[in-house]
Amino acid sequence: MIAIIDYGAGNLTSVERAVAYLGYDGVITADSDTILSAEKVIFPGVGAARSTMDNLKAGGLSEILKQVYNAGKPMLGICIGIQILFDHSEEENTACLGILPGVVKKFEADRILKVPQIGWNEVNQTQSHPFFHDVPNPAHFYFVNSYYPIPRISSHIIGKTTYGVEFCSVVAHENLIATQFHLEKSGRIGLKMLDNFLRN
Amino acid sequence: MITKRIIPCLDVRAGKVTKGIAFRGNVDIGDPVEMARFYYECGADELVFYDITASNERRDIMIDVVSAVALEIFIPFSVGGGLRTLEDMRRVLLAGAEKVSIDSGAVRNPGLIAEGAKAFGSQCVVLSMQVKNVPKSHSIPSGYEVYIDGGRRATGLDARQWTQRGVELGAGEVVVNSIDQDGTKAGYELKLTQLIADAVPVPVVASGGAGNPGHLRDVFVESRADAAIVASITHYGEFSIENIKRHLKAQHVPVRNTW
Repeated sequence: MIAIIDYGAGNLTSVERAVAYLGYDGVITADSDTILSAEKVIFPGVGAARSTMDNLKAGGLSEILKQVYNAGKPMLGICIGIQILFDHSEEENTACLGILPGVVKKFEADRILKVPQIGWNEVNQTQSHPFFHDVPNPAHFYFVNSYYPIPRISSHIIGKTTYGVEFCSVVAHENLIATQFHLEKSGRIGLKMLDNFLRN
Repeated sequence: MITKRIIPCLDVRAGKVTKGIAFRGNVDIGDPVEMARFYYECGADELVFYDITASNERRDIMIDVVSAVALEIFIPFSVGGGLRTLEDMRRVLLAGAEKVSIDSGAVRNPGLIAEGAKAFGSQCVVLSMQVKNVPKSHSIPSGYEVYIDGGRRATGLDARQWTQRGVELGAGEVVVNSIDQDGTKAGYELKLTQLIADAVPVPVVASGGAGNPGHLRDVFVESRADAAIVASITHYGEFSIENIKRHLKAQHVPVRNTW
């Protein structure tokens, strides 16, 4: 069973549908026992860092997420799910989980650069990783974001994208993988990546 | 680099896809789920469904279409047509749409934009508008007026001012459809699209008038549109999404070419 963490916001059903389409048993849940007994955990969704962290803390889920990470269970963060892994987000000056060292910054808008970034952008794989098995390099993925992570440890970065600045769009460390883009909305290539996480 | 999006538009009436020529004489051309799957497989970047029946008793049919599409199409799609309340928007999003597109409903009740943005986030709320070229006047300084109810009723709103108001209220994207160009295959309304793209800091989607791949190049390069809606030119097989993208790439327009 794959636990899809419900933190009271965001579009979780699209992830659930993608997991089901690939033939896996995904369950949307906020229950700590269910999360701790799952084979894998997905932390998806759209939302703001502050309200996401508030919801996680209120439900005791921030501690559960750290436990899941420390137990070595495979974890996948999507969109806001990559941002809250780091120490701190510029968005409403929010302290995050601190599982990975680093910060989250906002894109600087100008006449040409619109914020949020909405649309398909290119991901360049900067390290080989099982998550990228049979995924073309580079390939396009669907992004909706105003903020982006800056990991302090460069070896945690496995994919990069350019939007005004070059930023980290995929991180991996031990049992943890996270993407800034929505792989569940990124067509067959996104599904392939999700399948790589679910299968391995 | 972020790519320019090509968005096939499926007009749906009572659960079937049609394509109107200047909003009249709609012909039934297919099953929306089949067409969505076809476009998904052919490299469309996003889809938009407009429910052109939009009467209450048929709303459930549209929700069924949205749910069926969401089960097998893993690219973003938006749904519009007759959305009047926060609850209408919520149902469509829960059924699996990425975004809701509000048009006449936003003109009648601008607060709907703000309510939607607050409840679901600006990235979910698309302000769509039907625009007609009119003589410049005190109330319509840009010479472009917003129409509602399928382009039949003038509102007295200036398109540029209405766009700015909509974005201030929380719209995260704007679709601008030229009534004059719609169905003509003579090209997008470049001046109008540029006017809107220059007026707001959110993505702008051009709609109405595509007849060949060169028209998409023009609207992306000359009018700075972020995305363009296509219908007739791809629905009947005259051009494929792949043809269009190959043409755009040769013209140095960034497109998603892996899928």
